[in-house]
Amino acid sequence: MQVTMTINGQEVSEEIEPRLLLVHFIRDQLGLTGTHWGCDTSNCGTCVVLIDGEPVKSCTQLAAMASGHDITTVEGLEVDGELDPVQEGFMQCHGLQCGFCTPGMMLTARALLNADPDPSEEVIREAISGQICRCTGYSTIVRSIQWAADHETDVSVGSAS
Amino acid sequence: MTTTEPAPDTTEEERPIGFGRLLRKEDPRLIRGMGNFVDDISLDGMLHLAILRSPVAHARIVSIDTSAAEAHPKVVAVITGEDLAAQGLAWMPTLSNDTQAVLATDKVRFQHQEVAFVVAEDRYSARDALELIDVEYDWLDPVVDVRTALDADVPVIRDDLDGKTDNHIFDWETGDEAATNAVFDSADVVVSEEIIYPRVHPAPMETCGCVADVERVSGQLTLWCTSQAPHAHRTVYALVAGLPEHKIRVIAPDIGGGFGNKVPIYPGYVCAIVASLVIGKPVKWMEDRTENLVSTGFARDYVMNADIAATKEGKILAVRTNVLADHGAFNGVAAPTKYPAGFFGVFTGSYDLEAAYAKMTAVYTNKAPGGVAYACSFRITEAVYLVERIVDCLAHELDMDPAELRLKNFIKPDQFPYETKTGWVYDSGDYEPAMRKAMEMAGYDELRREQAEKRERGELMGIGVSFFTEAVGAGPRKDMDILGLGMADGCELRIHPTGKAVVRLSVKTQGQGHETTFAQIVAEEIGIPPEDIEVVHGDTDNTPFGLGTYGSRSTPVSGAAAALVTRKVRDKAQIIASGMLEVSVADLQWDKGAFSVKGDPTKSVTIQDIAMRAHGAGDLPDGLEGGLEAQICYNPENLTYPFGAYICVVDIDPDTAVVKVRRFIAVDDCGTQINPMIIEGQVHGGLADGVGMAMMEMIAFDEDGNCLGGSLMDYLIPTALETPDWETGHTVTPSPHHPIGAKGIGESATVGSPPAVVNAIVDALKPYGIRHADMPLTPSRVWEAMQGNHTPPI
Repeated sequence: MQVTMTINGQEVSEEIEPRLLLVHFIRDQLGLTGTHWGCDTSNCGTCVVLIDGEPVKSCTQLAAMASGHDITTVEGLEVDGELDPVQEGFMQCHGLQCGFCTPGMMLTARALLNADPDPSEEVIREAISGQICRCTGYSTIVRSIQWAADHETDVSVGSAS
Repeated sequence: MTTTEPAPDTTEEERPIGFGRLLRKEDPRLIRGMGNFVDDISLDGMLHLAILRSPVAHARIVSIDTSAAEAHPKVVAVITGEDLAAQGLAWMPTLSNDTQAVLATDKVRFQHQEVAFVVAEDRYSARDALELIDVEYDWLDPVVDVRTALDADVPVIRDDLDGKTDNHIFDWETGDEAATNAVFDSADVVVSEEIIYPRVHPAPMETCGCVADVERVSGQLTLWCTSQAPHAHRTVYALVAGLPEHKIRVIAPDIGGGFGNKVPIYPGYVCAIVASLVIGKPVKWMEDRTENLVSTGFARDYVMNADIAATKEGKILAVRTNVLADHGAFNGVAAPTKYPAGFFGVFTGSYDLEAAYAKMTAVYTNKAPGGVAYACSFRITEAVYLVERIVDCLAHELDMDPAELRLKNFIKPDQFPYETKTGWVYDSGDYEPAMRKAMEMAGYDELRREQAEKRERGELMGIGVSFFTEAVGAGPRKDMDILGLGMADGCELRIHPTGKAVVRLSVKTQGQGHETTFAQIVAEEIGIPPEDIEVVHGDTDNTPFGLGTYGSRSTPVSGAAAALVTRKVRDKAQIIASGMLEVSVADLQWDKGAFSVKGDPTKSVTIQDIAMRAHGAGDLPDGLEGGLEAQICYNPENLTYPFGAYICVVDIDPDTAVVKVRRFIAVDDCGTQINPMIIEGQVHGGLADGVGMAMMEMIAFDEDGNCLGGSLMDYLIPTALETPDWETGHTVTPSPHHPIGAKGIGESATVGSPPAVVNAIVDALKPYGIRHADMPLTPSRVWEAMQGNHTPPI
């Protein structure tokens, strides 16, 4: 079947197997390997992408379901060579170690900050609670998102919408 | 919460030439999604491999019919154990010199054991075809209960081993049994408890996998692999498969967490190599999450009977333990050859004892193989949990404060180097300041007052203390090897003509930040800024030999190698500088980054000047070769012994038994600190592991040997909601034998935190008369304990 969607601002139209998962469509068919796969059961969240600005676990969505929608992956966070404050925050506050969960964490953080520019620690922890990081113990991820909140710019993905 | 706000601009402090807080060199690619993990690799013509696994724990294979799978239009090959046996590849050695089936030929010995594999044109078709393979099994009784595995009437799991008539693997002991028993016989107080460390799993976010590519004409094998130890893997492939070692290149690209899970060689790697060899195309194998949890290196699974002897005043005299170790169906423990129980011998902890003795029996069961993994420093998690739990039980019996009891019994600073009663020589330590600092950070006395008030009101609050001594940096080659390979590490440093450098490591980061830390070690020693130093690792063709990253060994072993190779280069630089400045070598002094003439600092040359001269056309001192590079192989003279004091505060809802970790204070001493930011990160991650193991994580089995922890819906890992904002501090007690005094930090928190959490929960339950409860302390298990129905988890 044919699917058409916008990925990081670019329209793509591809022929796929109907059963193809969105995560495999993004990784294997489009070659955007920044989106990772980790569990199959919607527990780990390393596959999170934004669909119309909302964080979604792409391992439990069919690519077909995303047709007609606007997808943002980690590769879309950097705009015109400018890092998203979330990306900068993760670097500044040591919010990543192996980097495997990081794309999903950052996209969830971006969606959170678009909805709530000044989230409390509790709100941040709740927002990322559907995702697992095995390296950081989460405190530095929370700090990274707080750093981003303190350094927001108006060019971030989805922030204008 | 306390937020450290780093300045984004680059002050001197933020860009240290040497040790200090430095943002990571790894991060720019990883935060852009531009990492290169194994599953990101896609080669022309690459095929996909999927493994058929046994649905049952113990069964004889009657027949395997692969015809329907072979008829699948996108299937290229279907391989069974019999096919591998024809090539002599059905079995492989484990890291403990046992054997493990690559694909089962005679029997399956644990649920999800590898039985056959399919190679197909795409990922989905390979998995589809697995369902077309028809295997007939003749079920056998499984051996699930470790306590009865040696009974006379249970089936023999390893009947593939000549003459094997039981499920026994080894007996091991350490310490002086007679002397220990004598101390116990005359002690005022003896406390005993069965303490269980259940089976848990490292569960890195990236599962295991590889891409194997055998070049048909040259026979060159390139293996991109989730390996923490690429050099060791290469040698094992050479020894096992008979492939010439120089024709094997193992590349460990970015790795999505290891925690020990990526040390062993798994059947899937061998299958992918065989497939590429046979088919002549690149073959990718990636586990799914269930495969990772049910078949790869688990951790722990010790049933420990612990005894502690003390005077009635609280002087600890001796510790004694008898351990039953469940190793699963194949003995896959990754530990130095002479240490079948890993470094469990440090169960004497941080205390000055009169005697100690441990005895262990290891057995086979119908469960997945493994045994050492999950950031454990070779079984030190079990040892530290044992001693820190039994010390708390003693405090309970003596009605003493657990922090005071520990302070009373610490090894004193003037006793270092300290030889324990089991023969381990602790290199350096100063325990009381670390304990006092943790108590001060926690506000310990105030917490105890709060607890007393809450108890009056019927509220459940617990304060848990643990103090650990780690033994890391394996290890001296006279004592330590894995499969005959000495546990040394090489390092090579080249300074380019323009004064930029490349350092090549035998170890491999899985998130620990080697590309940053090792650049800082070189920078500290030679004064070249870290951003001018490229760290190369994870590629056997481009790095010197060494045994890899696990057991917190990178900084203690490879970090020492990096410092020493840099000093070697600096020594040569000094000779070149003496020629450039026309003074003798002895008349030069080193200021980080430059040599100058003693007494006349205006006469000086920078390391960059020297590098250009080393490669340039000008004269060099007589007999000196050009170039500025060196390589060494570092053999550590001893392990290093980091330590730490941890305090955990929990609140338990008396109506639901839900435990909330309110605070966690961790004071670590890992000797000299290279990058405090990275050290803090290592500690944080380990603390979360500890909360997970203490309260959530367990790989359980039912009576038929079915694994009950086969997905992240069943195997629970802490999220941001179960973990507090960690409060960390440190003391610095350098290692006397490490060239920069560093000790290693990777696993300290994983080792030290589980007893702190359990001690806190048990402390909260003191009003119920509870002295011990086993992990994982889930709400239901805490509730059972509150009802007086606590049962062991296995």
